[in-house]
Amino acid sequence: MLLIPCPHCGLRDEGEFTYGGPARTLPALDQDTQVWRDAFFAGQKPPGPMTELWYHTSGCESWIEVTRDTATHDILNSNTPQSKVDTP
Amino acid sequence: MAYSGLSLLSHALTGNKRWPAILSTPDMRSSYDIVIIGAGGHGLATAHYLAANHGITNIAVIESGWIGGGNTARNTTIVRSDYLLNSSFGLKNFALKLWSDLTQDLNFNLMYEPRGYVDLAHSDGELEHFTLRANAMRLRGGDADILTGQALQERVPELDFSGDKRFEISGALVQESGGVVRHDAVAWGFARKASTAGVHIFQNCPATGFETEGGKITAVQTPQGRIACKQAFISVAGASSAVAGMAGINLPLNSINVQAFVTEPVKPALDAVVNYNAGLSYISQTDKGEFVLGGATDGYSSFARRGSFERIEDVLARAVQMFPFLTRLRLMRHWSGTADIPMDGNAIVGRTPIEGLMINAGWGYAGFKATPAVGWCMAELLATGKTPDLIAPFALERFETGAEQDDGGIGPYPWLH
Repeated sequence: MLLIPCPHCGLRDEGEFTYGGPARTLPALDQDTQVWRDAFFAGQKPPGPMTELWYHTSGCESWIEVTRDTATHDILNSNTPQSKVDTP
Repeated sequence: MAYSGLSLLSHALTGNKRWPAILSTPDMRSSYDIVIIGAGGHGLATAHYLAANHGITNIAVIESGWIGGGNTARNTTIVRSDYLLNSSFGLKNFALKLWSDLTQDLNFNLMYEPRGYVDLAHSDGELEHFTLRANAMRLRGGDADILTGQALQERVPELDFSGDKRFEISGALVQESGGVVRHDAVAWGFARKASTAGVHIFQNCPATGFETEGGKITAVQTPQGRIACKQAFISVAGASSAVAGMAGINLPLNSINVQAFVTEPVKPALDAVVNYNAGLSYISQTDKGEFVLGGATDGYSSFARRGSFERIEDVLARAVQMFPFLTRLRLMRHWSGTADIPMDGNAIVGRTPIEGLMINAGWGYAGFKATPAVGWCMAELLATGKTPDLIAPFALERFETGAEQDDGGIGPYPWLH
C-alpha cells in the first residue's frame, strides 16, 4: 500500500488517487513521427526512481508530481507539477 | 519414453524410482540456428512447433530462472477467446482449438477442462456491448451465448442475485469452450517434447547481451558463453523492456504488478470460471478444491513483485459480491508477478528493427491463453521468414502507423488495460 504525500493535503492512502503515468513533455508539433512515437509510446524506465503524475481524486482534485522508486515503492519526493507536463 | 497407463503401472512396480529425467542436460554448443530467450510457455511452445511442424531442432532455449518459475505458472490458468477485435479473437480462438488436443500431442496431462467461462455484465449498456462481442465471435466461428435471469442462475447456481447490490448482475457472456489448463504442466509438457526432439534447454542462463553486424543478429551473450546464431527470439514477459533494451530496442511497454490469490480447499462448489466486471475479479475452483482469484493490475508502474493491499481488498470484495459463501474462507497463498503492458493493451509479436531478431512481448496478464497459438505462429515466422496472418496485426510498427489493437477501447493508458 502506498502512502502518498499530497503537497496540499498531507499523507494520504493510494486509494484516494488516480494514476496518471510518467510525467512527460510532448515534443513540438513539427517533430517527425519517430520523436512523437517515442514521446507517446516508449519510455518505460528501468527499475528505480521515476517521476509520475497522480490525481488526488478524493481530496484536493489536483494533479501532483511524485517521484517514486518503482523497484521498492519508496516515495522520494512530491510536489505540485514542476515541469511543463501534459496531464492525461 | 511415452507416458501411458502401462508406464505408470510398470514404474509403480519398481517403486517409482526409475522415472527418467524430463529434460536432457546437454553441453552448450558454440552456435545454433535459433536461440530462444525465455523458457516460458510461449518460448517453449515455439521450440516445440519449430521441431514438430518444421523439422528444425538446432535450437537453444535459454532461461534466466527455471522452468515453470515465471508468469506461465503464476497466472490463474484461464483459457478463453471472448475478444471483440478480429486480431485478438483470431489468435486466441486458434489457441483454444490447439488446447483441446494438446494433452495428446504432448503426451503430457495438461488437465485442460473446458468448464465454461462466464463474463458478468452489470448494466443494460454493458450487456448490449457483450451481445455485440458474442455476435462478433459467433460470426467468426466461435462459441458464445448470452444468458440472463433464470438461465444464468441455472448455469451458475451459486451466483448471488439476491439483495440490493451496488452492481447488479444483468446477464453474462458465456463461452463454454473456455476453461482452465494446468499451467505448470504447459511449461513442462512443451519442454519435455522439445527436449526429446533434440532442442537444448538451459536453465539458470540469462541473456546478457546481443551482437549484431550490419543490422543483423549474429550472437547472444550468456554467462555460460557466447552463442552464435542465425536468428534469436526474445520471449521474456516481465523482463521484455530490459532484454530488448540490451539490443537497443525501446519497447512501448509499462511494467505493472498483478496479483493472484488461493483460498483454503473446500468441497466442489463452482464448476465454471466466473468474471466480475464492475472492477475486475475472476474466480475458479481447482481440482484440489481451492478457489483461485485474480483481479486487475495494481494500477501503477512497478517492478517490486509486491502487491498493494488496496487491490487485495478490491478483488476479494467483488468475489464476495458474487459468492457470499467465500467470506468463510481464508486466503492460503498470495503472489504477484510483473506484467508487461503495451500502450494499447495488446501484445507485440513479430520482427524487430534488427534483422533476425524476433520479439514476443506485451502480453500483460493475458498471455497464458494464447501460448500454443503464439508458439505455432512464431515457429512459422522463424522457419519460413513469412509473418503468419494471425500475428501480423501485432507488429511493433503499429505504434508508428497508428494501427493500435485496443480491444477495450481504453486508450494509451497501460495501467488501465
